Amino acid sequence: MINLSRRKLLVSGLAATAGASSLAVAARLAQKYGLVPPDHGGIYGLGETLTYASQRLLTRHSLAREFPRSRISPRPFPNELAPLTEEFKRLQAGRFADWRLSVDGLVAEPASFSIADLKSYPSRGHITELACEEGWSYIAEWIGVPLSRVLNLVGVHPQAKYVVYTSMERDTWDSIDMADALHPQTFLCYGMNGNELPVVHGGPLRMRLPRQVGYKNIKFINRLTVTDSLKGFGKGLGSAAREAGYAWYAGI
Amino acid sequence: MAIPGSVQLPAETCVPSAVSTAPVTKLAPRHSALVRVTHWITTICFFALLLTGIEILISHPRFYWGETGTVLTAPLFQLPIPSSRATVPTGYGYVLPDQNGWSRALHFEAAWIAVLTGLLYVVFGLLTGHFRKNLLTSNADFSWRALLTSFTKPLRLERPSEAEASSYNVLQRLTYLFVIVILFPLVIWSGLAMSLAFASAFPWSVTLLGGHQSARTIHFFVSLALALFLFVHVAMVCLAGFWNRTGAMITGRTATRKEHA
Repeated sequence: MINLSRRKLLVSGLAATAGASSLAVAARLAQKYGLVPPDHGGIYGLGETLTYASQRLLTRHSLAREFPRSRISPRPFPNELAPLTEEFKRLQAGRFADWRLSVDGLVAEPASFSIADLKSYPSRGHITELACEEGWSYIAEWIGVPLSRVLNLVGVHPQAKYVVYTSMERDTWDSIDMADALHPQTFLCYGMNGNELPVVHGGPLRMRLPRQVGYKNIKFINRLTVTDSLKGFGKGLGSAAREAGYAWYAGI
Repeated sequence: MAIPGSVQLPAETCVPSAVSTAPVTKLAPRHSALVRVTHWITTICFFALLLTGIEILISHPRFYWGETGTVLTAPLFQLPIPSSRATVPTGYGYVLPDQNGWSRALHFEAAWIAVLTGLLYVVFGLLTGHFRKNLLTSNADFSWRALLTSFTKPLRLERPSEAEASSYNVLQRLTYLFVIVILFPLVIWSGLAMSLAFASAFPWSVTLLGGHQSARTIHFFVSLALALFLFVHVAMVCLAGFWNRTGAMITGRTATRKEHA
């Protein structure tokens, strides 16, 4: 009996040590390969981390489903807008000629782009579904310049990990990892269904990420900041939406 | 004959007939530890998923078929409940508070725990023969009469027989298998199909279900079926003796009355 319990003790001790050390190794590896979201803490951190890590492993390069032109929704639903600011109204009155997108942070040459500048680069389009976390969805053609194009123009430092994007709407900002920032379907979007992007849909410039739900697709983008850490932005959780309780990663 | 799912007790643990001729209550093994642990983890996750699912649902209580659907398109049907969004026309003069942030976080976290627990249960069930011994009905056991009886007995509010305290009847086996093999996989699949990133890697997961909105509608109906299962399951536990059956799922042993002549 003594032998048996000693063996049991040894086996369970070894199992506990192996379990603890493999967890530590897994955490180290996850950190190294960028599988830990900025909002990994708190009671929902486990779920957020499992979702982000598994989707990063499975979907790093996968393309969002694209649809034929015949399936474009006849009436795309524009979600509610916060009241437009005076500054926005002034820019709108000038047909957004003075709108500027500034790009700063970990870049070789910080720069500022007008909508005309962005339109001078080869435009790309995809017909993809915009799905809201509430449950509704529609299909539209989204036209713009791939975010990767703009990032290449300014020259991103190799230690860059995230792109923070800020809206002209008050307290509205978000961020994405480099996998999403360099993804070929991630657009700085200025057109929709063959026309200019309407203001109700985020014109003159909207971040369009077809692999994440609506609230990551922020309207009225006027600033990009490339960074290696999200700690200095807001509460360090990665987005204003997260500070309001909505997950940073929204691929689900 | 050994009763499925139970272990025959060694002879010396039986009460000698000389001591008493009255019915004696004793504890017979019923559920294995892994079945009990996974049962209660799943229970907690199920309630979390149900509550947060309802919270997410009220932000858009309209359902569609196919790929797309918004308040600008005709719904397949709309639930006659208020909504947490002012953009949804409900006929109610008020809008409920938005609870989607934590509801989504808890929904996905509970789903992760439930799925990992389910995987553990399935691996265990296959390795130990739990499915074969306790859930699959062999041809010898199965008869339409037995199936009919297991239907009509609870409808007449008849308590289950002693034998059913230590094993599952035909209807129970078929129901549990249906939930484990059909409903759980379908609710996971239709849930994952709604994930835009998951769908980018596995587009067939959405197209096979008929589109993003079809997946959402299927998810709703399978959840309803699971909620119905939960209701009937608890009703049956109450009919069979709530504390006896619940105690068996906690301690692993069930009190059975043995007659000694």
